[in-house]
Amino acid sequence: MADFMASGETPEVLFWVGCAGSFDDRARKITKAFVRILNAAKVKFAVLGTEESCTGDPARRAGNEFLFQMQAQTNIAVLNGYEVKRIVTACPHCFNTLKNEYPALGGSYEVMHHTQFINALLKEGRIKVEGGDFKGKRITFHDPCYLGRGNGEYEAPREVLLKLDAALVEMKNSRKNGLCCGAGGAQMFKEAEPGNKEVNIERTEDALATAPNVIAAGCPFCNTMLTDGVKHFNKEGEIVVKDVAELIAEAGEL
Amino acid sequence: MGIGNIVFLLLLGAAAWWFARNVGRVKRNIGLGRDEDRSDRSAERWATMARVALGQGKMGTRPVAAVLHFFVYVGFVIINIEVLEILIDGIFGTHRVFSFLGGLYNVLIGSFEWLALAVLVSCLVFLVRRNLIKLKRFVMKDLDGWPRTDANLILVTEVLLMGAFLTMNAADLLLQQRGAEHYTQAGTFPVSGMLAPLLAGISDGGLVAVERGMWWFHIIGILAFLNYLPYSKHFHILLAFPNTYFSNLRPKTELKNMERVMGEVKSMMDPSVPPPAPNPPRVLAGAELPERFGAKDVTDLTWKQLLDAYTCTECGRCTSECPANRTGKLLSPRKIMMDTRDRLEEVGRSIDAKGKWEDDGKALLGSYITEEELWACTTCNACAEVCPVNIDPVGIIMDLRRYLVMEESKVPPALASMITNVENNGAPWQMAQSDRLKWAETE
Repeated sequence: MADFMASGETPEVLFWVGCAGSFDDRARKITKAFVRILNAAKVKFAVLGTEESCTGDPARRAGNEFLFQMQAQTNIAVLNGYEVKRIVTACPHCFNTLKNEYPALGGSYEVMHHTQFINALLKEGRIKVEGGDFKGKRITFHDPCYLGRGNGEYEAPREVLLKLDAALVEMKNSRKNGLCCGAGGAQMFKEAEPGNKEVNIERTEDALATAPNVIAAGCPFCNTMLTDGVKHFNKEGEIVVKDVAELIAEAGEL
Repeated sequence: MGIGNIVFLLLLGAAAWWFARNVGRVKRNIGLGRDEDRSDRSAERWATMARVALGQGKMGTRPVAAVLHFFVYVGFVIINIEVLEILIDGIFGTHRVFSFLGGLYNVLIGSFEWLALAVLVSCLVFLVRRNLIKLKRFVMKDLDGWPRTDANLILVTEVLLMGAFLTMNAADLLLQQRGAEHYTQAGTFPVSGMLAPLLAGISDGGLVAVERGMWWFHIIGILAFLNYLPYSKHFHILLAFPNTYFSNLRPKTELKNMERVMGEVKSMMDPSVPPPAPNPPRVLAGAELPERFGAKDVTDLTWKQLLDAYTCTECGRCTSECPANRTGKLLSPRKIMMDTRDRLEEVGRSIDAKGKWEDDGKALLGSYITEEELWACTTCNACAEVCPVNIDPVGIIMDLRRYLVMEESKVPPALASMITNVENNGAPWQMAQSDRLKWAETE
């Protein structure tokens, strides 16, 4: 972003990579896949790089409003300093925080989830994909809570997946009554409370019941949870868990 | 005016007075909550109420319950036209005062009869689902004790009321056919007509006794039921309307900003901004309440969260959708709402008894809701999404968590490390901010 600023150019969009997208080995692959899509579509995009910091979502959900607001104020100062107008992110938690929670603290931006952004690129014809390896495969999409129930976006990821000429199969609980992967509300960073089952195992069972070849995710944390779930059932040889961006990048050989 | 009319008027007056008194008490209790502005977007609010409460728009996810509940709901609303006639007859000693409507009256009474039958059958099926089929959400331990009795009492009362209504009509029909004095020919009786043969052996005097007896039972039952509402989960039949009107219209996963924290953080980060002046103390029911971050007790919640608690009819759809509950964790969103109401009632009773609020050493957090329940929530909002009357349990859970963390520093150890990481290096993991762009270098 600093480079754009120095050259006096304005990027089309700021890609908010997020902590998972920056540091988590699995999520980094999603970041790179999305960047391949952005490059293929010739989108002039910027990242904040080392100036990006956690949005504060997990701190807020863990009850620490002070830390959340400090993170938010810091990030908003950086974003407003660069006069950022549009943001895209591959993490529904960053998406929700940036879109819904920053305006009250002085940071108002047009924020898109990467599945919405990819969908727009496909509709505008800026990228083209055909099914490729996924033609005829069974794909089931797991709705991230913070994208679906939280923000009412159920269709964009599905519209993108339909471009793969695959059979999109729905789980028993999907869209509005999609079952959580178990990671939200800062659960990702703690041990589960005592119970008789892990939430991600329950959700993976829903997914496996559709006999999929691919479980598609739209959130780095769901991705981790479902990947662990598939391993739990020793199905990692047959079923892959991939982000929508990875599927598009692979199918389009981007 | 006969003695019957006077007794009726006295009963009606007493019922209206007692009901108004209890509604006033509930209103006072809801007023113990913090302020929250829900006066915006009124067109959208009316539309939400029309869709969700009036139109039963969210019931359909469980079709069997939706159809049965629809019968009871429509039956309740429509049969109240008949109750209006019963009230007028009761006050003036008339009999079927609306019968001048002629053909229309026949259609009305006929449709009330069919609806009464539908309500009766639906309530019987509901009783079977709760007590014989034992659907999971109705046998969970949240409902042990009074809540389960409450649910069954409501259903049995409705069965009895509808039974009385139909028996009354059957006796009336026979008396009309026999040309008995006072019993003008009016109405069609498609359902009670089938019951009439069972009563055919009774003398005229006996039939009048049955008809009057059922008439009194029915109307006293309705007045008693009305007064039962404020003590019962069944209050939802009234509160569903304001509760959906005041629904949260913001995205479900958006957490409310804590203004007070905002002032402090701004001043911390920019020395030119003065720290916010302390809020004036909240005086509630004659007592000064301590200023708190988050919620420890019901008085720290907002009035809307308290209205939610009174509106909950304990159907348990929230709990059956809750990922934590489904995997055996202690959390049940329904219990969160029931606890909130129980605690609020306890606080209200204490205020009534002492004339003002005195700390009783108990609180919603700790005495009712445990930390384990709070930390099991994934904030997925499945509970809020599925609630047929737009209740939001997640907001209460989050406010209680905020109190735990910000006032008592009680946070699960793993989350404490996550928080330290965010504080030190701007990420929930121990990763250096300077490495944020490393992903671009790796293959």
